[in-house]
Amino acid sequence: MTLNGWLQIAIYFAVLTALAAPLGRFMARTFDGERTFLTPVLGPIERGFYRVAGVDERTEQSWTGYAVAMLVFNAAGFFLLYAILRLQDVLPLNPQGMSALSPELAFNTAVSFATNTNWQNYGGESTLSYFSQMVGLTTQNFVSAATGVALLLAIIRGFARASAKTVGNFWVDMTRTTLYVLLPLSILLGLFLVWQGVPQNMAAYVDATTLEGAKQTISQGPAASQIAIKQLGTNGGGFWNANSAVPYENPTPLSNFVEMLAILLIPAALCVTFGRMVKDERQGWAIYAAMSVVFLACVAVSYWAEGSGNPLLHALGLSGGAMEGKEVRFGIANSSLWSVATTAASNGSVNAMHDSLTPLAGLMPILLMQLSEVIFGGVGSGLYGMLLYVIVAVFVAGLMVGRTPEYLGKKIEGREVKFALLGILVLPLFILGFMSIATVAPFGLSSVQDAGPHGFSEIMYLYSSSVGNNGSAFAGFTGNTPWYNITGGVSMLVGRYFMIIPVMAIAGALVAKKTAPASAGTFPTHGGLFVGLLVGVVIIVGGLTFFPALALGPIVEHLAMLAGQTF
Amino acid sequence: MSRNSTASLFAPEIVGPAVTASFKKLDPRALIKNPVMFAVWVVALLTTIIFVRDVASGGAELGFSFQIVLWLWFTLLFANFAEAVAEGRGKAQADSLRKVRSETEANLLTADGSIERLAGASLKVGDVVVVEAGEIIPADGEVIEGMASVNEAAITGESAPVIRESGGDRSAVTGGTQVLSDMIKVRVTAAAGSTFLDRMISLVEGAQRQKTPNEIALTILLAGMTLIFIFAVASIPSFVAYAGGQIGVIVLVALFVTLIPTTIGALLSAIGIAGMDRLVRFNVLAMSGRAVEAAGDVDTLLLDKTGTITLGNRQASEMIPVSGVTEQELADAAQIASLADETPEGRSIVVLAKERYGIRERDMASLKATFVPFTAQTRMSGVDMDASSVRKGAVDAVLRHVAEPAASAAYGSRVARAFSVGADAKAEQDVRSIAERVSKAGGTPLAVARDGRLLGVVHLKDIVKGGIRERFAELRRMGIRTVMITGDNPMTAAAIAAEAGVDDFLAEATPEDKLKLIRDEQAKGKLVAMCGDGTNDAPALAQADVGVAMNTGTVAAREAGNMVDLDSDPTKLIEIVEIGKQLLMTRGSLTTFSIANDVAKYFAIIPAMFAAVYPQLGALNVMGLSTPQSAILSAIVFNALIIVALIPLALKGVTYRAIGAGPLLRRNLAVYGLGGLIAPFIGIKLIDVVITTIGLA
Repeated sequence: MTLNGWLQIAIYFAVLTALAAPLGRFMARTFDGERTFLTPVLGPIERGFYRVAGVDERTEQSWTGYAVAMLVFNAAGFFLLYAILRLQDVLPLNPQGMSALSPELAFNTAVSFATNTNWQNYGGESTLSYFSQMVGLTTQNFVSAATGVALLLAIIRGFARASAKTVGNFWVDMTRTTLYVLLPLSILLGLFLVWQGVPQNMAAYVDATTLEGAKQTISQGPAASQIAIKQLGTNGGGFWNANSAVPYENPTPLSNFVEMLAILLIPAALCVTFGRMVKDERQGWAIYAAMSVVFLACVAVSYWAEGSGNPLLHALGLSGGAMEGKEVRFGIANSSLWSVATTAASNGSVNAMHDSLTPLAGLMPILLMQLSEVIFGGVGSGLYGMLLYVIVAVFVAGLMVGRTPEYLGKKIEGREVKFALLGILVLPLFILGFMSIATVAPFGLSSVQDAGPHGFSEIMYLYSSSVGNNGSAFAGFTGNTPWYNITGGVSMLVGRYFMIIPVMAIAGALVAKKTAPASAGTFPTHGGLFVGLLVGVVIIVGGLTFFPALALGPIVEHLAMLAGQTF
Repeated sequence: MSRNSTASLFAPEIVGPAVTASFKKLDPRALIKNPVMFAVWVVALLTTIIFVRDVASGGAELGFSFQIVLWLWFTLLFANFAEAVAEGRGKAQADSLRKVRSETEANLLTADGSIERLAGASLKVGDVVVVEAGEIIPADGEVIEGMASVNEAAITGESAPVIRESGGDRSAVTGGTQVLSDMIKVRVTAAAGSTFLDRMISLVEGAQRQKTPNEIALTILLAGMTLIFIFAVASIPSFVAYAGGQIGVIVLVALFVTLIPTTIGALLSAIGIAGMDRLVRFNVLAMSGRAVEAAGDVDTLLLDKTGTITLGNRQASEMIPVSGVTEQELADAAQIASLADETPEGRSIVVLAKERYGIRERDMASLKATFVPFTAQTRMSGVDMDASSVRKGAVDAVLRHVAEPAASAAYGSRVARAFSVGADAKAEQDVRSIAERVSKAGGTPLAVARDGRLLGVVHLKDIVKGGIRERFAELRRMGIRTVMITGDNPMTAAAIAAEAGVDDFLAEATPEDKLKLIRDEQAKGKLVAMCGDGTNDAPALAQADVGVAMNTGTVAAREAGNMVDLDSDPTKLIEIVEIGKQLLMTRGSLTTFSIANDVAKYFAIIPAMFAAVYPQLGALNVMGLSTPQSAILSAIVFNALIIVALIPLALKGVTYRAIGAGPLLRRNLAVYGLGGLIAPFIGIKLIDVVITTIGLA
């Protein structure tokens, strides 16, 4: 640990907060259909899309209509991507002549991109054609992120509107998110990355001879455009297999800093958008603060653990922090920060190998994913997931002021509690359920690279990442097997849609309710007290379920490491 | 009979039957309504079977297993005990009510006008019965003929008889109460089994208790948390197998039962019953638990001015003469005019005249005076004497009176009057300006004239009840807006509103205005509470979210409200709101406590559970519990004992403080949230010390 490292983390957080405010306010205006500086340019395009698609932007949908539109759209996206992957050998833009993907790998990959998980069971440069990357994956990178935002908008309207029936128009929300938010930001970031040295071409791979005289194939491709959206849309599926650890994906410390910002930028800004749309920006900042508390605590633990290094190595005379699995270009602070940011958000891109993190630093990503990706979380999905916890927190604590609990003037009753719990319940059920099979069955154990608790952590990481729709992996683990492709795919689907449906049902229930005006008897949900309460509920309700599993994985590994024991 | 005394929480006559009931309640058909305790029942049964099997096959650690099994059943019994004690307290009240409902005979008035005697229980709705002095009223009903004094002590605990008469707002009678004088005809409005008394009995006994919306939501939350921990615990055997060990079912069950929210699960229904019970002790009868919860949510309180904010009656507070007349002169006339006036206003004039002006009470007969009573037409009253007349009344009525030539002509003062036309005009002007001043100050002006000459004005003042201003301030801190309803003109209303410190007022209110006000508030998303007694209050009572009908009121009002105040004291609305809040707070506080407890339990059980496979996890044994067995046992013993320890709190309720929601939440979070985190660390450690000392594990 160095002062420099802590400073870099502090600067990162300060810049993130500074950018979140204006972007959040811009998004609120955009989603409410107000004029912004982009309207003169993009307005005609937006209306053009509606004309072509036959969408009336003023007609709104009920929560069921909205949910069905979303599901149909997502299903179509899944089938299209599946078809592209299965047919990539006959499709154009395939200079390396990549063959078609196997059915289960295509299933896993298609699910993974449609659900905004972006789990990489494929190896980017060794498996996929440029057509698959650009038309297949990049498209899903945009629309899966936009889907998350659209769903968030539905539940925000549930809180903001009173005695209404409709929660918005899915097609309009989708279009606006993609056109006004994701596309402009991606273009900016893409150009920046090209300037930093990321390739953007259609060329065939280049062969080079190294100084030792060995032949090395250097892959090429339309990388910058895809990397921009994979960071911004909390997608994380790398152009290359080794993701942002590859110099071509992440060439410089500056590109590293900006890519890290891009991971959390939109999820952080959406907190502000939320506050704006419910007509009280402080409400958004309170949630932002709760997320930040957990985020910074995790960064601190991670950096402390990594900076302290491994006592077993110290005993061998290797002083300093843990450098295994890290890019020397980035160092410990930036690797710790990235590993926490990418798992706090459901991004999943990596700039260091998480498998090599010290046990406690490895615990942080697992915990963040198990909290169902609500610490900033995925674009849109993080905040709507957090709102489920808000409902539980408000319900429990709200009773303590002697009133039927309310949040933003909406009474929280049986229906909301039921669906909020349903959304929260799904995660432990599938993470722990699949884990308990994989940790004893031979087809589960055969993929594990390391013995002892670390191997256990690898399995836990996989399912936490899949169900949490994160997509990052403990490297070293062989995920591309039929068992893991299929259960991983199911986990991703469940983690995404079994949370979305309850969220939509809550949106529908809330939007029909009256808004009760706040009084001295309503407890304030924008102060430090509420922030602390929310953090407590996230940790206790979301995290305690996993305490036995975490104790048997990273925690015992950490204690063993201190005791000098290896497995 | 007195139901207001707070019986000791654990009186032997309640505890005895409650212990028996705790065992009866182990019936799974009853338990299934409570998912948390049902889960405990299932695993308790499972471990019992395993234990019996182990005994038969001579398994290891039988003593430890036996203790765990025992404490699992204790957990269940303690939960049942909590409920049984709450019900027992209600039953004690119900029994005393039941004594009243001894079999009564009724005198049924048949169609041909003859009287038929039959059992009270066989009366039907719509039957007409005749009740004479000394008889018990056989069923709830409405007086359709006659007037009687009735002893309602059986219902209200108040021994002073009340008047019940046909027509008007005091026509409802309650079965089980006794007619003391006269005879009334009563039309039965509730059949046997559904009378007021029956409803009251079943409510306090908890027989008809249905879960309230908030209780249902909380049950869902608790069931969800139980499910989550099923996953958490059920996956552990695989994980341990991965690490090369194995784990016993009994230990898993111990972890499961300590993690699920048993504390709140066990006390939930006791809290609900106790809430109803508290209300009944307050002599308020809620028709449903839903109404009690709604009371806690109330945003706007509509209060009738008279009787709630002000003492029922206006009192003379000042004599203001017109120029040229002394106060003494005015007081003298006003007193004479009031001598025979038995209204509280009239009495207060006599009292004021005596206390401030030293005018002694005179005898009407010795003055040879005749009383002229108040009528709706004249809106005046007074006395006529031989050579003089005195009138007091509404200002415009008295002004009209003096303007009539006849008023003075009869007494031979026409001549004097002719000379004083100018003076009359001046006096009239004076009276008008004084009257306006009095009205602005919230008072009622009463003009006084003698022999056609205006003397001045008596200021009748509405006396705001002592301490009411502080209560409204308290309500404001609770976040509740108070609105005063009055038939007074806006000027008077504004003055009283300012004096009493209400937030708003509705002057010259008609029943329609009231209804509209409630609807408007509700349209803004607010919950409205009000109380009323008259038939014309019924629509508003029905529209309000919490409608408290006065027991003295009409049947229509009682049917429309969702609570009845047996003492007919409108200020009680404030206490009702507090009881509602207390009920919700108690639930929230114990839920928070229960969930926060889990942290310590994990730290007790996880290191113990995995000690065999990973001894390193001993580092998590922050409490320093002596052995794995004692750690697990301590956690489960703590989990069971905390239920018993919290029964008094569940029954008494968490104290409500009107300090605003923010500070209140901070306080309760500190006590029950933080306390819930820390308390089990201490408790489990202490139990561990005891268990180790006496060698149980």
